[in-house]
Amino acid sequence: MAEKLFSRPQSLKDVAFHYCPGCHHGIIHRLVAEVIDELDVRDKTIGVAPVGCSVLAYEYFNCDMFEAAHGRAPAVATGIKRSQPDTVVFTYQGDGDLAAIGCAEIVHAAARGEKITTIFVNNAIYGMTGGQMAPTSLIEQVTNTSPYGRNADSAGMPIRMSEMLATLDGASFIARVAVNNPANMAKAKAAIKKAFEIQINGHGFSMVEILSTCPTNWGMSPLEAAAWLEQKMIPYYPLGQFKAPEGVAK
Amino acid sequence: MPKPVFNEERCKGCELCTAVCPKKIVVIANRFNSKGYKPATCSDDAKCIGCALCAKACPDVVIEIHK
Ligand SMILES: Cc1ncc(C[n+]2csc(CCOP(=O)(O)OP(=O)(O)O)c2C)c(N)n1
Ligand code: SF4
Repeated sequence: MAEKLFSRPQSLKDVAFHYCPGCHHGIIHRLVAEVIDELDVRDKTIGVAPVGCSVLAYEYFNCDMFEAAHGRAPAVATGIKRSQPDTVVFTYQGDGDLAAIGCAEIVHAAARGEKITTIFVNNAIYGMTGGQMAPTSLIEQVTNTSPYGRNADSAGMPIRMSEMLATLDGASFIARVAVNNPANMAKAKAAIKKAFEIQINGHGFSMVEILSTCPTNWGMSPLEAAAWLEQKMIPYYPLGQFKAPEGVAK
Repeated sequence: MPKPVFNEERCKGCELCTAVCPKKIVVIANRFNSKGYKPATCSDDAKCIGCALCAKACPDVVIEIHK
């Protein structure tokens, strides 16, 4: 066999993703799988899949997986981690799942300092159900339920979950990243790795928010969607590390 | 010599890989795969520098880089 400079990580099953063309969910899956490989924790990792487009994540990650009810992944992960403290437990959640129906679960898991890692995929819309407004949809963003654009008077301002959760004492590590270009992808992977390491080292709750595209429901080509993310999302959702335990580099 | 190898049947023709190749050799082929997408391909293997940026940009893990 040819020697390979780059190939599919072991922690990702060799099956086709169901995601739409150009959707960043696939890139994010691969980065999480690469981190699990590099930390050599696949045998003791348990992932919790959400409801949303990534509901089938349990078909893709090549580790033990659990499927939670909509928004409840942090509560399920809490149970798994408390009963099996030697495992590495992560949740994978969209913004509808985490910031709307599951807002209470994520806030309290973070407040309790649960030793779990959350991968929060913020694509500013409900993808799976056909493009309704999410708590994270931007002002003026046109969605199926905001056909004239999101209006702050009636819908309020988009919630910045990372900044909000970083105020909680139980949260150990909170960062926001994106995967829209090679430099950002490298930073995203580094942040995911730190989040897992912080869990493994016994600190509290860790979360990486990853800005992501939904070309289908944004009504754009994948390349246009990546540009929209850069031009519209990053200015409102600044990238960076909002909280880290002492001694963890920026 | 490094060489990008495409699993064409998994490709959805999203073009994200074409935008990141510093040598501009990752292009969309003028043929369809069985899913009905025009897959990405390499127009000139000899120019590949093995940076793997195309593979990293691919949301469907279509691309391997062989040595
Ligand atoms: C209890 C419950 N309420 C509502 C739904 C319908 N529903 C399915 S996915 C979804 C939103 C998913 O959006 P998000 O979490 O942003 O993920 P995405 O699909 O964009 O990746 C909703 C409201 C459901 N499945 N269960
Ligand atoms: S609907 Fe949006 S989030 Fe869901 S797979 Fe398609 S592009 Fe991705």
